[in-house]
Amino acid sequence: MIKRTLLLGALATMAVAGAGAAEARDQINIVGSSTVYPFSTVVAERFGKGSGFNTPKVESTGSGGGLKLFCAGVGVGHPDITNSSRRIKKSEVESCAKNGVTDITEVKIGYDGIVVANSKKAPQAQFTLPQLFLALAKQVPEGGKDGGKLVANPFKKWSDIDKSLPDAKIEVLGPPPTSGTRDAFNELVMEVGCESFKASTKDLEKKAHQAVCQGIREDGAYIEAGENDNLIVQKLDANPNAFGVFGFSFLDQNADKIQGSVVGGEQPTFENISAQNYPVSRPLYFYVKKAHVGQIPGIKEFVAEFTSEKAWGPDGYLSDRGLIPLPDAERKKTRTDAVGMSNLSM
Amino acid sequence: MTESILQDRTGRNTADRVQAGLKRRYAAERRFRIYGLISILTAMGFLAALLTSIAGNGYGAFLQTHVRLDILFSKADLDPGGTGDPAVLRQGDYDALIKDALAHRFPDVTSRADKRKLNGMISASAGFDLAQMVADEPEIVGTTQRIWLPATGDIDVFVKGNVSEKVPETERRIKDVEIGWVKALQSTGDLELKFNTRFFTSGDSRNPEVAGIWGAVVGSLFTLIITLALAFPLGVMAAVYLEEFAPKNRWTDLVEVNINNLAAVPSIVFGLLGLAVFLNFFHLPRSAPLVGGMVLALITLPTIIIASRAALKAVPPSIREAALGVGASRMQTVTHHVLPLAMPGMLTGTIIGMAHALGETAPLLMIGMVAFIVDIPTSPLDPATVLPVQVYLWADSAERAFVERTSAAILVLIAFLICMNLLAIILRKRFERRW
Repeated sequence: MIKRTLLLGALATMAVAGAGAAEARDQINIVGSSTVYPFSTVVAERFGKGSGFNTPKVESTGSGGGLKLFCAGVGVGHPDITNSSRRIKKSEVESCAKNGVTDITEVKIGYDGIVVANSKKAPQAQFTLPQLFLALAKQVPEGGKDGGKLVANPFKKWSDIDKSLPDAKIEVLGPPPTSGTRDAFNELVMEVGCESFKASTKDLEKKAHQAVCQGIREDGAYIEAGENDNLIVQKLDANPNAFGVFGFSFLDQNADKIQGSVVGGEQPTFENISAQNYPVSRPLYFYVKKAHVGQIPGIKEFVAEFTSEKAWGPDGYLSDRGLIPLPDAERKKTRTDAVGMSNLSM
Repeated sequence: MTESILQDRTGRNTADRVQAGLKRRYAAERRFRIYGLISILTAMGFLAALLTSIAGNGYGAFLQTHVRLDILFSKADLDPGGTGDPAVLRQGDYDALIKDALAHRFPDVTSRADKRKLNGMISASAGFDLAQMVADEPEIVGTTQRIWLPATGDIDVFVKGNVSEKVPETERRIKDVEIGWVKALQSTGDLELKFNTRFFTSGDSRNPEVAGIWGAVVGSLFTLIITLALAFPLGVMAAVYLEEFAPKNRWTDLVEVNINNLAAVPSIVFGLLGLAVFLNFFHLPRSAPLVGGMVLALITLPTIIIASRAALKAVPPSIREAALGVGASRMQTVTHHVLPLAMPGMLTGTIIGMAHALGETAPLLMIGMVAFIVDIPTSPLDPATVLPVQVYLWADSAERAFVERTSAAILVLIAFLICMNLLAIILRKRFERRW
């Protein structure tokens, strides 16, 4: 009995060692942003079931992590496509080129709105971007007035900032710094809100300026709720005084429990985000490694499926999942470029 | 002499002294037992609360709303040339069959928006089911079949009563007109909750109504088999050598300290190691249960070694001495006598280690097993995910119908764990020897 066990173990070990050789891959390998993941997976599943190709594998690694894997090299061991909730950076293109990944096709797939929402049990709130900045920044101009000396954020209640805001404790549940949603929130809300206080921040150096304009307070008013947006929705439902920051698709799915706040005078609706009226929205992308087209079966067909009207059009199945489509003309052009695999130009 | 034992300084004899303290000692004993009972009851209470909340949330996922439709597998849609070629049949527009059947059932729906809603009641992947039916049985082309098709997650959530009709229409994903159709279908018995076999037989999907756990179960199985095949023999051999053969010196002390330290290293560190060594150096495939199993084997090794050494230590030295005394070699002593006696303890340790491995997600993130994988893996080299990762991925999905599926997946995970523990108990009972 024991001998047999040992023998089996040894055999298994050998089998494992023998299987080490990398083999050809017949499945598309996708990595990247957790915001694009819900859309990418839907396309992957339909593509796998409908086309006769294997279903692509989609990993949720975050935009930065995805681009890092993507740029690590060419060959079956490296991913073919990476999703990103921001545009690729110049430094990333350079690091890609250094590893032999020179030809990349960029596909902009649509927009995602970031909403500030609260429970339906409380009235809908109206915020301006400077108000959100004052509520959440680590350092704010004294008294919330432009030109004031920068001090640690003294605001405890929304109504301390402006009389029109609710008379409740500032309590915002949002994503942690590792999240792409947080990056976008910093850029589209905090940075823009900060611009209203130019007189207070104009003397700062670039780095210090960024620290002030994108620094989120750490005194408990902003609560990092992890990457799980469903959890934030549940917490908002339980605590009507709290606000949450997350992607539009979660608002869309839970519209019976939570409501999006008006930001900058615009309601967070599908139409407003699509028309680019709603201020807090960002484009979503994926990037294709051209060296793998033809090597890994199905990449071209996958891109064609993703950019077809029945997928990303205004009536497509991706809009059912909360993706905000590109305007008609841009969609047409992007599709031509994507299917033709034209090179990325920065 | 006897008196000095029986009497203390005050002159009372021992029996009286015992008598006087007896009541207090009984009370202390009773209190002690009650404390024990309370702690067990508290633990059980927490466990029961946890399980009932999960089971209460999750049992709904074992049922799924289905809609019965008369589907006409029209030749014109599927096989206009009448060739019967499987390649042509596969390309057919199966969604159109469902749309036609729905239009037939509800002829008064004419506006484009309403039609879109009506077609949205049936799962987006139902067309693929029909395609599969035709592929299995090409003869059905040209006939009409009564088929139960899965309804979309939104309808399912409503039928199960998880969204109230009283909420204003604008705030529900399911509108009044759809509720009307659901009621119409219900009244003729064409909409029913049926047992959700698909949940147990299919892989992951982004459509909650057809998402299944089987892909993750198979992935977990492959991963654990690899882990067991690597960690058990290595762990037992290491323990036997250290306990029975190795000299006791500074080196073996160092090894022992290191093994104990390894047991306490956070698992993500092993994931990073797996990424650096197995993927980047040996170029093993990403997301494969093979690599997952190897990483988890590293995590469980220290647990198995420590438990195995404890089991070996518990074998009485007299057994070894007797074996050596009748002329057995040291190896014979170990393989014939010590190891069989230590085996139950070693198995217990191994199962604890494996149960730990079953619940790990952090190290698997680094080697790409936190991924959306639809196809059910057929070998340890295919991309796969595991049960806890599936729970995590579903918990993070926006679609409301995934909420109960998340809990159901946890139930499956717990069932898996209970099976493993049962196996451990059975094995221990079989091998257990008393002396």
